[in-house]
Amino acid sequence: MKISTMKELLDAEVACCEENLDRHVYSACGSDMMSDVLAFVKDQAVLLTGLVNSQVIRTAEMMDMVCIVLVRSKLPTPEMIELAQESGIVILTTKTRMYDACGILYSNGLVGNKVKE
Amino acid sequence: MSEQVIFTFDVDGDDFTSAGQASSQVKRNLRQLGIAPDIIKRVSIAMYEGEINMVIHAGGGTANVAVTEEYIEIVLSDQGPGIKDITQAMQEGFSTAPDDVRSLGFGAGMGLPNMKRYTDYMDIQSQVDVGTTITMRVNLPS
Repeated sequence: MKISTMKELLDAEVACCEENLDRHVYSACGSDMMSDVLAFVKDQAVLLTGLVNSQVIRTAEMMDMVCIVLVRSKLPTPEMIELAQESGIVILTTKTRMYDACGILYSNGLVGNKVKE
Repeated sequence: MSEQVIFTFDVDGDDFTSAGQASSQVKRNLRQLGIAPDIIKRVSIAMYEGEINMVIHAGGGTANVAVTEEYIEIVLSDQGPGIKDITQAMQEGFSTAPDDVRSLGFGAGMGLPNMKRYTDYMDIQSQVDVGTTITMRVNLPS
């Protein structure tokens, strides 16, 4: 799914790196606990979170994620935008709550990674 | 690459916001050395978790990363409170982090297990009230 499609589906605003809206994401992860995010490697993934601090961007950077969606009307801090720009990570902001945002993306074909034992 | 390349960092224990800077720099350095992306990802995630741990629990420390022909080695050393029970600390979900750390998105008890998950070798040397040294290696394809 293109990041621009996610933007439309979630009625989201772009907070940073608009030039990368044409990039594709192939899997998704929704969590406010960054270590849970770090536990499962995904390729070209999007992170949906309600957490707002610079470690959200660091986590996405370490995971080579291409997009972060801040749910529940959260806005990024200036430090977050600066860090995201360094890595070209798109930040979307949406009023949609976490559960609904995940559901909307999932039902439109963006599924998460299956748990591997 | 015939010689060993070493990167050394001081990890500031007073600033949660800047935690991850060393891992981010290592990621850039490894990219410049032409290391494969999946190896870089494993090294940087393991080091990042370690860096966060040093900031949360130990008031900072030092990080040394060595790139040899066979592997990438990360050595994280701190003079923090030490780990009382390493076996317990390695269990997913076990954490001694305070609640305020959880509100920052960490302290889920996944840090050490994640470090082990992404590395080929991990050793923890720890002494209560003295400090902790963690050595991790990610093998490079021959």
